[in-house]
Amino acid sequence: TAVRFVNKKCYIRARFVYIYLSFCLTDYFSQGKNDSEDSGLRFATCQLLWKQINSETEKIQEELNKQLFDNLIHFLRQSHSELQTKKTEWMCRMKSSEIPTAALVLGVNVTDHDMTFKSLSEVLQDNVTPYVVSLQAKECPGIKHLLQKLMGQLMDCNVDVDSSEEEECVNISQKKIRCSMASLSKWYESVTKKTDSETPSKKRTSSSRHWQSPPIVVIFKDMESFTTKVLQDFIVISSQHIREFPLVLIFGIATSPMIIHRLLPHSVSSLLCIELFQSLSCKEHLATVIDKLLLTTQFPFKLSEKVLQVLINIFLYHDFSVQNFIKGFQLSIVEHFYSQPLSVLCCQLLEAKKRVNSLSHNQCENIRSLPSFRRYVESQVSEKQIALLTEDSFLKEVTQTLLEDLHIYHENYFTVLRCLHVFTTSLPKYPLGKQIRELHCACLGKSVWETEEYESAIQLLRMLAKDELVAILQKCAEIFISSSGKQFSNTVEKLEEFLARFQNLEAETSEVQDVSVSSQKELQKTTDLYHLQKTLLALKESKRSKKLTKFEMLRFEVVDFIDSLVRSYLAPAEMQTLNEVVYFNTANTLREHLNAAPRIALHTALNNPYCYLKNQTLKSDVGCISNTAPDICIVYKLHLECGRLINLVDWLEAFSTVVTAVEGTDPDAVATDQVDEIIHARFIRAVSELELLGFIKPSKQKTDHVARLTWGGC
Amino acid sequence: MPNFEHPEYPEATLLHLESMVPCRESQVSSLLSIFGERQHFSFPSIFIYGHTSCGKTYVMQTLLETLELPHVFVNCVECFTSRLLLEEILTQLQSLSSEKKHGSHVPCDTFNDFVRLFKQEIITQDLQNQTVYIVLDKAEQLREMEANVLPGFLRLQEMTDRNVTVIFLSEIVWELFRPNTGCLEPFTLYFSDYSIVCRDLKELRHLAALNFTKYCEPVVRGEANERDTRRLWKNIESHLKKAMQTVYLREISSSQWERIQKDDGEPGHLKGLSAHAHVELPYYSKFLLIAAYLASYNPARTDKRFFLKHHGKIKKTNFLKKHEKTSNHLLGPKPFPLDRLLAILYSIVDNKVAPTANIFSQITSLVTLQLLTLVGHDDQLDGPKYKCTVSLDFIRAIARTVNFDIIKYLYDFL
Repeated sequence: TAVRFVNKKCYIRARFVYIYLSFCLTDYFSQGKNDSEDSGLRFATCQLLWKQINSETEKIQEELNKQLFDNLIHFLRQSHSELQTKKTEWMCRMKSSEIPTAALVLGVNVTDHDMTFKSLSEVLQDNVTPYVVSLQAKECPGIKHLLQKLMGQLMDCNVDVDSSEEEECVNISQKKIRCSMASLSKWYESVTKKTDSETPSKKRTSSSRHWQSPPIVVIFKDMESFTTKVLQDFIVISSQHIREFPLVLIFGIATSPMIIHRLLPHSVSSLLCIELFQSLSCKEHLATVIDKLLLTTQFPFKLSEKVLQVLINIFLYHDFSVQNFIKGFQLSIVEHFYSQPLSVLCCQLLEAKKRVNSLSHNQCENIRSLPSFRRYVESQVSEKQIALLTEDSFLKEVTQTLLEDLHIYHENYFTVLRCLHVFTTSLPKYPLGKQIRELHCACLGKSVWETEEYESAIQLLRMLAKDELVAILQKCAEIFISSSGKQFSNTVEKLEEFLARFQNLEAETSEVQDVSVSSQKELQKTTDLYHLQKTLLALKESKRSKKLTKFEMLRFEVVDFIDSLVRSYLAPAEMQTLNEVVYFNTANTLREHLNAAPRIALHTALNNPYCYLKNQTLKSDVGCISNTAPDICIVYKLHLECGRLINLVDWLEAFSTVVTAVEGTDPDAVATDQVDEIIHARFIRAVSELELLGFIKPSKQKTDHVARLTWGGC
Repeated sequence: MPNFEHPEYPEATLLHLESMVPCRESQVSSLLSIFGERQHFSFPSIFIYGHTSCGKTYVMQTLLETLELPHVFVNCVECFTSRLLLEEILTQLQSLSSEKKHGSHVPCDTFNDFVRLFKQEIITQDLQNQTVYIVLDKAEQLREMEANVLPGFLRLQEMTDRNVTVIFLSEIVWELFRPNTGCLEPFTLYFSDYSIVCRDLKELRHLAALNFTKYCEPVVRGEANERDTRRLWKNIESHLKKAMQTVYLREISSSQWERIQKDDGEPGHLKGLSAHAHVELPYYSKFLLIAAYLASYNPARTDKRFFLKHHGKIKKTNFLKKHEKTSNHLLGPKPFPLDRLLAILYSIVDNKVAPTANIFSQITSLVTLQLLTLVGHDDQLDGPKYKCTVSLDFIRAIARTVNFDIIKYLYDFL
């Protein structure tokens, strides 16, 4: 059906995005706008920016995986040393016949796994062993293919180690002859012997990184997709040879380790010594990526709230894939630099200031037409307005200061955002979201202090306990101190003052307690009822007033202070002048590319061909069938009115009526029962096209009928 | 007086053999009488079967090696094609008498070639005057190979006209092997379990090895002597129980178990493999899986009742048909077409879902994760059908995370 067809289309779409991104050449940039708008420079800026961001993402990935890889290497080392100490004890002998296996749980974001496995095998090849093999289920439908693949990869990596030609020949002939475990162990023996007998100088280079008699590591990338039989056979066979060469398996698991029990019967899993390793969850990974790429002034490029929301939604609702998120980010960068001529200024502040000076007159006009700039002009006095709109040099001067303002805005924004986040995460039910990205989205889009959520968050803040509040304030002070902006020295002072006052408060309350203790002592002394009443009242009064005032007053002050910080620094980005230069905000384009709706597109194309063909004659009212439309569109529209089974004769008649009404030249021809042969042929072609697209299929229930396969408007 | 008597072999060898094969004396002695003397012709083929790890391989290996009989030992799982199998036999045959460890490789494509090469090899190795034994371990695999391999091996003696006996080792009975075209029947021999209690000697050994040090602890500390079995048992009992729940099921690995023993800690902090049953899924994937589960376990005609807002009054008596009284959960998941899955999805998700490419690719990823399976052939573009393969517990856990009360939507729990 159409749906299945569409399933395949998804892959095509993914390919398309890839091609689109990898071939964004200069031509593509200069095609859209003429060169007076710095397309070459924009392209270069875009490339440079992406290069920086890409290396940053790789660094993040590396750091996140480090812990996992260290654990894995530790496991390998341990199992390896156990194999090496060839004890005669029966217990060790028995244990050594188990194959050490690491079950690596990576989460359902399968698209990210390739990257992880790639870096894993690099790390292993650098530190542990040259013999790392990765296998994919689709390459191994049978045990024979698996062994072929395994040996192919092993022999190749051996050729890499020493590329003397003789050995190569031997290896190739070996590969051709046999693909069995026996020959594999023979190969291993020869290889390890060779390295042992090598000259000491050469040996040092090769074995300093690798271990003595390095293990063969076999990685099953997608455990779930392997067939039970292949896995079982492989494990049974290799367990018989485990003493001849050290073998370690790594199972890449996307769902849960239970899959091992589902795939392997007890008799086979008892041959393994399985240990579990878990990678960082994809959500934490995403949080780190957002933190390092988006919530920083390191990169000038920014995403608007809607665009960020599209990317996050695709992540949370559809794929959990950090790679796809980064690809989407990359696409937004390309789109931004392509569609926004002023993106030439989207670079580091100093460079941007320089570039302002060399802007062309056209570009100055572009600045003047920016909505945010128009707002800015309107707020100025009239002489300045005229100067801004007429004098390019004055405009450039102002633009430079505005860009600096924008930069400072960002510096302040991220610091205060982090500070507010510290506050909101301590609240019950998280009215402003638990993650900083949610808070960021809330602040980016509109004035956050006008929202109900913010209101309730402030209400809750006014009820915080003292310990919590002090801890939060300390954290905030740290954030402000570590921030690069110098304008926060006052804020830090203020926060420290608050902290000091809280400390004093503590001292005071202890004094108060002292007082109350002493008054209680007095109380015990007094026996007179009148005096007793009086002192009790006074005590009560003092308690209420003191407690209410001191701490609560201070708390109110703190919350008001935070509120004022939010109001002055977390203004939405759209309000900033020249925000269009650095913010990408056409969320629709992004959505069309990343979350395409092929079924809807297909329906629109057939139902309303004007939408894609842009031919004026095709413009028609909703509901009526235009005769100028392509045949397939007419046939499609007619079939929408039918039930599950469609009578071909009726359909043909309707088609012929529509088509001839269009041509409308020969009314006599319509009167005749006989349908024109050409129209008949056109009809048949259109119907078979519909069948090819999966909308109908031939039916055997009734003669001359076809069955409809789709329902509804789309 | 040894159990085994045989004029061919010296008494010392037989005694040694007896000490090597405890509890298998009767089988070994019948094998010895079948084999006869070295130059005697024996049965053309012997079929030995018995449960997992009841000593088939071990006994055969010890017997043939102690008595120094010329033999070839091949594992059929390892030689997964007939070509590999035949070549392996010839290679091992080559190295029987010659000094070099590995015989050179002999290409052999068909059984016909094998018979020819085998005859040659017997002459070059000078083995005409004694029986050569070919042991095929894990013989079940032979059934998967070409149809001529099994009958060929059964008749190898006749075809080669040499003194050869083929021994099959298998875990299943001969009746499941017998080809329907008929063949030469082998002599069958059954290896019974070592005892009623123990069904898997290897596992027993595995557990014993892991827990032996713990068992010995009181003796080492001097609190009990070796004969004080009751006290020793008391000491080990709880440990063994824990081991049965963890190591035996391969929930945790043997080295992890050892580490726990060494630290004397509780295995509580170390979760087994099954403890990590939770799977984190994207939001729509969860609903797709729930929809698939509903489609798999509810009859299609009840969809109207569950997913239509104004389904009208449907009386439960009409609703329940007599023959459908068996629980759908007992019958297992049923296949459903893609359209039904999407229709259910649209009605259970609160906000509107556009049928985007991402939704369709999510279905495909659920299939690769083995949470759904594609029924029928992979290439079928016309109306694909799926089955949901997750358990009720799993889907309830998933449904709980999205606040969806799945029990209310399941026909079985109405």
